Amino acid sequence: MIAQLTVIERQRAILISVAVAICGGLIVIVGRGDPMGIHGALIFLVAFLMIFRIGANYYTPAPSEDRLASYYDDPSKVGIVLSMAWAVIGLAVGDWVAWQLAYPDLTFGQAWSSFGRLRPVHTTSVIFGFGGNALIATSFYVMQRTSRARLPDQVTPWFVVFGYNLFCLLAVTGYLMGVTQSKEYAEPEWYTDLWLVVVWVTYFVLYLRTLARRKEPHIYVSNWYYMAFILVVAILHIVNNLAVPVSLGHAKSYSAFSGVQDAMTQWWYGHNAVAFFLTAGFLGMMYYFLPMRAGRPIYSYRMSIISFWGITFFYMWAGSHHLHFTALPQWVQTLGMTFSLMLLIPSWASAGNVLLTLNGAWDKVRDDATLRFMMVAGVFYGLTTFEGSFMAIRSVNSLSHYTDWTIGHVHAGALGWVAMITFGSIYACVPWLWKRERMYSPRLVEAHFWLALSGSVIYVFAMWNSGIVQGLMWRTYNESGTLAYSFVDTLIAMHPYYIARAVGGLLFLIGGCLGAYNIWMTIRVPGASASRTSDVPEPAVVGAGALQAAE
Amino acid sequence: MIEHAFLVGLSKSFGLFYLIALSVAVVIYAMRPSNRKQFDDAAQSIFRDEAGPWE
Repeated sequence: MIAQLTVIERQRAILISVAVAICGGLIVIVGRGDPMGIHGALIFLVAFLMIFRIGANYYTPAPSEDRLASYYDDPSKVGIVLSMAWAVIGLAVGDWVAWQLAYPDLTFGQAWSSFGRLRPVHTTSVIFGFGGNALIATSFYVMQRTSRARLPDQVTPWFVVFGYNLFCLLAVTGYLMGVTQSKEYAEPEWYTDLWLVVVWVTYFVLYLRTLARRKEPHIYVSNWYYMAFILVVAILHIVNNLAVPVSLGHAKSYSAFSGVQDAMTQWWYGHNAVAFFLTAGFLGMMYYFLPMRAGRPIYSYRMSIISFWGITFFYMWAGSHHLHFTALPQWVQTLGMTFSLMLLIPSWASAGNVLLTLNGAWDKVRDDATLRFMMVAGVFYGLTTFEGSFMAIRSVNSLSHYTDWTIGHVHAGALGWVAMITFGSIYACVPWLWKRERMYSPRLVEAHFWLALSGSVIYVFAMWNSGIVQGLMWRTYNESGTLAYSFVDTLIAMHPYYIARAVGGLLFLIGGCLGAYNIWMTIRVPGASASRTSDVPEPAVVGAGALQAAE
Repeated sequence: MIEHAFLVGLSKSFGLFYLIALSVAVVIYAMRPSNRKQFDDAAQSIFRDEAGPWE
């Protein structure tokens, strides 16, 4: 890793680490007696270790100029390994909280292990840890190859990868200590948010610098999606997290918005996090790895352009469907509902593009679990976006809102679409990155696929049942016009579904662990042709029925 | 200072049409026959030799 850096890059990396360590030290001083001080110590420790890591290799010989003739993939490799580590942590915590809902004693009476603290650990670990690292890793990979240009320097990508993971670490450790601004998917407090702004703007500038160096005149559609993901997440993050801290040495802050404006800003953020973090970025992944793995170009490039702009225009307005029947003005709710319905067009254009690309190559989908991951992701994407548009309709929402139906919907998207396309892309990418013929064990990929699919289906069906039962019980009146069921009655009715959900989650977790093991072994065990010379990701021959390494 | 009436006026005039105009522009760009070759090439471009960055 460090041997690849030039001497000046090593110096820069040390300087950045020293600056971060100083910031950590200052936070320790101003935040003593507050959870913020513990975070300061954590920042200091991480930066300190980084300085030593670089310093220990400072005098290794500088790399030759040959490095410039190949793509710079080390940050992508580290990103993929970190992504899988976060996946295992996030899925494990998720399954733990699922069991907690069925058996509340599983908090073991500790403050840090209460549902309210563990639940954001789960969401942050899977969305930002697993998803975010996978997006950063694959975006570096895809942008270099589609631009035919190497990353402009070797320090910035490391800053993005490690800086981003420091953000994730500060976020989840904060929740365990009770540090949260209690905005869903934007829980980290003000100083962690500021750090993410620095990292994220660096990421965006890095993307632009690489694109500016591109040798291919046309910007491939994946890059548009990745860039929308980076740019819009920056805007959302900055606006929604505008807040005033109690004092500079205090973790607590208060939002710049209040009342219904706060709610609207939060759900403008929240729904666009779904749109641009969990959709646009992963569509970028899909538009590169699916054609490469299938050995066929995308069915309709034009449709991919139309759906890109459709998603960009429409999603921005959909957030208010989270606030039906609230103090938000009725017309804003209707606006959100209407745009959510229109979103079906670009969403199904992309889902259709996946299936039409594979049409005529179903033999490959049958034989190759990696490609099957991507196909199932496309199917779930189509189903979930249909469901989402449907649930945004006010009268449907009156039944579904605040029930487990929403949880089922989110997980159909998160497990079925986001995780499946990520696992598929990672399984495609790992042998290309580490120059292996194939994954360590194609059978484990197959097992992972079936565990992930059955886990998702069990989870989603359990939550559909639970949610509709819950919603109907909440609105059932008796003859005297009062509610027929108490809240506890609904909990008893939901109990079996909660157990089923936790079992589905467990299957998904086991699959994720198999995936992490398989990837680790692919990296550790040198393959038959450990010395594949070039950076070529080997697509199947275009148009031919040639099978990929049997999986 | 931005007034409520100004924002309402803006959204009822410009705001009503700009997304429609942008959508029409995108569809024209994507479906224009003269752009067909460019897009077909782009779809194929990822399969071209990627032995390393181009010098």
